[in-house]
Amino acid sequence: MERHPLNLTINGTPYAVETEFRKTLADTIREDCGLTGTHVGCEHGVCGACTVIVDGKAVRSCLMFGHQAEGMEIETVEGLEQDGVLHVLQEAFMDHHALQCGYCTPGFLMLAKGVVERGEDLPEEELRHLLSSNLCRCTGYQNIIAAVRAAIVAFREKAAGGVEQTA
Amino acid sequence: MKPAPFVLHKPGTIAEAVAHLAQIGDDCLVLAGGQSLVPMMALRVAYPSDLVDINGIEALRGISVEGDKLVIGATVRHARFYDPVEPGPLGKLLSGVVSHIAHHPIRERGTFCGSLAHADPASEWCLVAVTLGAKLKLVSQNGERLVAADDFIDGAMSTTREPDELLMEARLPLLGGSARAGFYEFNRRAGDFAIGMALAAYDEVDGVMRNVRIGLGGIEDRAARNAAAEAVLEGKAPAEALFADAGRAAAGSVDPMEDATTSADYRRDLSSVCVERALAAAASATK
Repeated sequence: MERHPLNLTINGTPYAVETEFRKTLADTIREDCGLTGTHVGCEHGVCGACTVIVDGKAVRSCLMFGHQAEGMEIETVEGLEQDGVLHVLQEAFMDHHALQCGYCTPGFLMLAKGVVERGEDLPEEELRHLLSSNLCRCTGYQNIIAAVRAAIVAFREKAAGGVEQTA
Repeated sequence: MKPAPFVLHKPGTIAEAVAHLAQIGDDCLVLAGGQSLVPMMALRVAYPSDLVDINGIEALRGISVEGDKLVIGATVRHARFYDPVEPGPLGKLLSGVVSHIAHHPIRERGTFCGSLAHADPASEWCLVAVTLGAKLKLVSQNGERLVAADDFIDGAMSTTREPDELLMEARLPLLGGSARAGFYEFNRRAGDFAIGMALAAYDEVDGVMRNVRIGLGGIEDRAARNAAAEAVLEGKAPAEALFADAGRAAAGSVDPMEDATTSADYRRDLSSVCVERALAAAASATK
């Protein structure tokens, strides 16, 4: 199988790899870039375990080919923690016991990152609708919803605190 | 669950894209959002020899109002419709419909035109395009042609696009100031394919409904307007009892699909409910 050079930027780090055109972004991230935090579940866009952020948008990385992401900014779960400090969303998932087996967790974190960082008070219906994008087969949805809700508040408070400190 | 090998082409212009399509022929497919095509490739239902990825073509990314048409470029994503794309009733209608399409991450990649080219009977955008009379612009090395959405969609997952043609834009007529439009979809879980859905649009002129358009999707093997329901409504004042009559007329005239979980009779009954609720939504829509 013919491999083609591919340059990806994941969590700000450049990766130069060689892959087949048919390789999905999910498999490229895991196998060629060695970032195995992104999980692969159904491999056809239903479960959301492989959700990553590409150019600021949460997408299913099993429904894109790696070669389509050249030149784009990719964010995976490994990029959430900064300088040893967990993202408020990760803290909230721990506090609210929002993971059991943890397989779906990276996908949920990347799915929810956008709404958390907008600090947006989504109506309950809308938040549930958003989180219905991904599957948790431990069925721990209530705690996931609670964690994301808490993370939205925590992010907003942190942002407000940050503004005060710099003011 | 890995796609079969293929050659990926990443043209930068429409001319380059159609040149690939002309040169490679039948085995070549266009890759836009890929939210239906890539799963089909993973499942080996589709195994093209070549993919022409049109995401790098700047000229296909735009959405704009030209005269009385909303012109939607080939790579305009579903998520673009979250906020109304134009201030009139059409922008509002599309913003309501989009929340029924799959899930948020799919909407960030999947495209309006890609949904039309895929022609799934349960596609919301196919229903919108057929019911509102969209015209689709196809381009090949031989030039451009405009096709009515109803003539473009040929059946389930089947269109009249030639293998060397690229669907470059959809032209959706704007709804006028007197227009009312409503949409209703039924499925069992958020993000699932519609089991049935209806779109109702009419102009309210001197208290009566004119230019009535009723479309059904997910019921028959393709989205289609329902003449029987339209005939019940045309020229009459909107009223609940009349909406129920229109629903019954629709149910009596459809040729429903049947699958392992949903019988034709169920879909027939559902078509009545969908039409009635879409009309109720249209009647209660604020102008």
